[in-house]
Amino acid sequence: MNPVFDLGTQLSGTINDTLVVSLPHFRPELSLAATIVLLLLCRMLPVARLLDSALVALGGVACGLFFAWSDFRGMPGLDWSGSGAAAISGRLELFGGLLAFDSLTAYIRLLLMGFLVLFILFTKVSGIPDREDGADFYSLVLGSTLGMCLMASANHILMVFMAVEMASVPSYALAGLLKGRKTSSEAALKYAVYGAGAAGIMLYGLSLLAGVLGTCHLPTMAKQLAQLAATGMPGGTGLTLAIGGLMVTAGLAFKLSAVPFHFWCPDVFAGAAAEVGAFLSVASKTAAVALLLRVVYGISVPATGESHGLELAALGETRHFITGVIALMAVLTCTLGNLAAYGQTNMKRLLAYSTIAHAGYLMMGVAAAVALAGHNPAAARAAVSAVCFYLGTYLFMNLAAFAIVALLRNSLRSEEIASYAGLIRTNPGIVVATGIVLVSLIGLPPLAGFVSKFLVFASIMEAVTLSAERPLMLILLVVGGLNTVVSLFYYLRVLKVMAFDPPPAERTAEAFPLVSISGALVTALVVPVVTLGIFWSGLYACARLAGAFAS
Amino acid sequence: MTASELSQPAFWPLTLILFLPAIVAAILALPLIPKAKDESIRWIGLVATIVVFVLSLWMGVPSLFGPLGPGQFELGEPGMQAVVKQPWISAFKIEYLLGVDGISMPLVMLTTFLSVLAAAASWPITKHVRAYWILFLLLETGMIGVFVSLDFFLFYVFWEVMLLPMYFLIGIWGGPRREYAALKFFLYTLFGSVLMLLAILMLYFASDLTKLSREQLVAAHVVSGTLGEPALSEAVMAIQTSPTPLHTFNILALSHIGQLPESPFAAMRFWGMSVETWAFLLLLIGFVIKVPVVPVHTWLPDAHVEAPTPISMILAGVLLKLGGYGILRICYPICPGAGLALAWLVCGLGVVSMVYGAFAALAQKDFKRMVAYSSVSHMGYVMLGLGVWSAVEGNLYQSDAWAQGVNGAMFQMLAHGISSAGMFFMVGVLYDRVHHRNLEEFGGIFNRMPLYSSLAVAIFFAGLGLPGMCGFIGEVLVTLSSWNYSRLLAVCSAFTVILTAAYILWAIQRVYLGAEYKGPHGEDLTPMTRRELAIAAPLVVLAILFGVAPQLLFNYVTPTVNQQVETLTAWTRSVHDGSRIEHAASLPASASLSEGSRP
Repeated sequence: MNPVFDLGTQLSGTINDTLVVSLPHFRPELSLAATIVLLLLCRMLPVARLLDSALVALGGVACGLFFAWSDFRGMPGLDWSGSGAAAISGRLELFGGLLAFDSLTAYIRLLLMGFLVLFILFTKVSGIPDREDGADFYSLVLGSTLGMCLMASANHILMVFMAVEMASVPSYALAGLLKGRKTSSEAALKYAVYGAGAAGIMLYGLSLLAGVLGTCHLPTMAKQLAQLAATGMPGGTGLTLAIGGLMVTAGLAFKLSAVPFHFWCPDVFAGAAAEVGAFLSVASKTAAVALLLRVVYGISVPATGESHGLELAALGETRHFITGVIALMAVLTCTLGNLAAYGQTNMKRLLAYSTIAHAGYLMMGVAAAVALAGHNPAAARAAVSAVCFYLGTYLFMNLAAFAIVALLRNSLRSEEIASYAGLIRTNPGIVVATGIVLVSLIGLPPLAGFVSKFLVFASIMEAVTLSAERPLMLILLVVGGLNTVVSLFYYLRVLKVMAFDPPPAERTAEAFPLVSISGALVTALVVPVVTLGIFWSGLYACARLAGAFAS
Repeated sequence: MTASELSQPAFWPLTLILFLPAIVAAILALPLIPKAKDESIRWIGLVATIVVFVLSLWMGVPSLFGPLGPGQFELGEPGMQAVVKQPWISAFKIEYLLGVDGISMPLVMLTTFLSVLAAAASWPITKHVRAYWILFLLLETGMIGVFVSLDFFLFYVFWEVMLLPMYFLIGIWGGPRREYAALKFFLYTLFGSVLMLLAILMLYFASDLTKLSREQLVAAHVVSGTLGEPALSEAVMAIQTSPTPLHTFNILALSHIGQLPESPFAAMRFWGMSVETWAFLLLLIGFVIKVPVVPVHTWLPDAHVEAPTPISMILAGVLLKLGGYGILRICYPICPGAGLALAWLVCGLGVVSMVYGAFAALAQKDFKRMVAYSSVSHMGYVMLGLGVWSAVEGNLYQSDAWAQGVNGAMFQMLAHGISSAGMFFMVGVLYDRVHHRNLEEFGGIFNRMPLYSSLAVAIFFAGLGLPGMCGFIGEVLVTLSSWNYSRLLAVCSAFTVILTAAYILWAIQRVYLGAEYKGPHGEDLTPMTRRELAIAAPLVVLAILFGVAPQLLFNYVTPTVNQQVETLTAWTRSVHDGSRIEHAASLPASASLSEGSRP
């Protein structure tokens, strides 16, 4: 064959792939990238300097949200009535297999873009960043989110690493946003050092995996692994793979703030501004869970094809291993997060531990999904849907929680729980809003947090009945249940301080009233927490579609 | 939901009764009424509870309102009535499914009635009046919701909805140790309800609608019986021919599945125990915490003592009944195998709390604490009555005694709702005046407040179980029925009657009799106000009325209870016969022997 001719088809194939297939599905990311450039350019031009960078960012993100929504709406098999018609993942490989576009990508991108819109509005109301820092702040946030979108669609271990770094590096800078504050710089440094360490370990693990399996493309890796497992591994290969897998897990666990890689989380949250905490706890967590699903599913569940059944069976041992690791980590994360939260006196630290605990619940759902993957694909899809639903409600709950912390900080000049004492006398509205958010985080009906927990527990219960991991799943169920009871203590303590305790005598500043822009923001975030607890069919239909990626 | 579905006659009565308090709470939450107008908030709240009570009367006692119309309760009809069925979450087949039968209708009326009285008793509350009434009304919606929900998911939602208002009602408006008591209440109940959630999920994933017959599907309201003929058959066919198992949260359908000869709940096993047994135990723990039963009762004395008077009335009058209701409505019909095997546990727990509660009440120095422990003791009768599964082979499957026990337990729940709410109110009246509850420091109240004291003594006699008062009927029926199940338990429960008489008579003697009141704040012992009289008098009247005319309640309760007991007895017989036939196939000689040994 003529090599020149070959190059020609190759080139035209690549161009075709990029322009016709890939870029149309990449519009949200492109609009983020364009907005970043615009934000930086605005600084150069004296006229454009007058433009508020928050508005520029908001415009760009709204554009991204529109594209993300139209991508999601365009997915085949979105079934609002939930009548049980099978959802379709609509999987496409973009950029020569580097990225995967499917319903999970579309769903997570939708969540991230929706979050960004709310987040920018929130920062505009709360006043951090100020006008000077606006362009820096928003370009960092948008850049980080761009990385997170890539995390949600990574299909190649090179992209896994690149996306994680792209999401992390701007976050380090964001943590240090409060310039001249010691705690903020400390948080940034701690975050960066931890992040660099975790990235190094992860890269090493990825190279081990790639070296043994001879490819970096996740679906191909699964095929290779299945072949290896079916034909019997040469001595040491299994161990290398296991070590590689554990090292990759360390990197993912860092992003998830899972025990034992959670140490950065409370310090960073306490040191950084509450706004940054909101970003890290919602967006970063959402992307990390999506990436965990991608990697875990990519490597242990082979793509559909003629030898799908054989490969799926061959990877049973791998899934058993992965389930064990994730379940163990979930148990530790959840329990430690809830126990450690009990002793906190600072609201941001408490929310940091609450974030850790919720990562545990989310990982339980992922463990159930992997356990079910080989036994009952429909149930596995339901488990992934449960996790996706959880992410959707978690967005509102945690953003609302951090928004309340930030807005109360503005009026009370404090983030200590004790300083919230007796707020019910002056601001019943804000106490009710906090109550709804915290009770939803406990997971009591009729609020969104309950439905999420219900769905995750239901999936674990299904894994108890259907999968081979019965004892492990039962442990998850019991630990999850007990943790819900334990979490009651510390969430209720905040409410107790707000509602039962007398206000401190020296309080001078009044907290903000509910009838104000701040109040409107809090209301806008809290209303979905209630409505998604009662009318959750719509979000669940979206999550079901996202869960179809697992087919 | 289309307009025609909303206009179905049965949709509105139950829905209104259920959500009217919550709607009024939402309206109160809007800053429409200025802060200074606390009085108008109280009136709005009271009127709302009265409207709900009248609505429940319209439903439950239609004869007061003219001929029977659609959506009203027909006496003597054992099945579910006024069923409301709307899809809610179609992905999980969760429905907005409500209905009432002879077990739940009287409990709903008790709830709405006590809510009116508790609302009237809330006038002395002056702190954060608006918040108090919002929480109070939300609590009412939660309580009614538990009694009328026929979907397990919905049931669980309402079960939990009650927790938070109660936590705040005790924690903000309670006595000195209110925070401790509120948290303890919340923790105990949440622990129980998490276990309940696990049981619900377990049953959901083990359930399979395809195993039910057409009649059962219609009876369980899985398929609406009001559908026209071709549509009905199609719907039934669609369920029965489904290739995959169809899970359900429908409590009635779960009961039918649980009573199938080859129930999937009995077949599936975890570590040697069937799903049925696991679910029964998990649910039982959740329910007995609410009842409460020794040894998980310790939240109750604290919560009762610290709660303000109206909330104590609600706690004792309604919340404790939720546990008994759950056992009767959910545990036994859905998990009959486990219920039969573990009847000794339920009965044993009942008798232990009966005796322990009575002794503990004898030892109390605090008037309210004494009444709280009397509730533990009285609810023990409910447990015993529900548990006496005496219709077994040795008893020739005679269901009479068991039916008597369950009827007695139901009556005891309703009677205790009246008498305990009354007792707590009477303690509250005294506390409002003298600001202490120390039994040692009372005495001579009769001379100072004769009207109050006579009403109080009447209510305490009802609690004692004096013949002719409402407390008597339930205790006697339960004690009699337990004789057939276990003589020891019957003797214990009869013996407890003496203890009950002892602590109540002793309390009456120490508080109301005696020459003169020597305790603190003697000058404040003013006669009962008209508001207080309006609350106490209906309770006393009902306590006497239900004592002399118990059929007023039995007319509601008996048809449904008897039907359930007969169904479960038939189930017991079929299971026992089935196992005996199996046995006979393997061992023909011993089978003929056992046949011969039967009288």
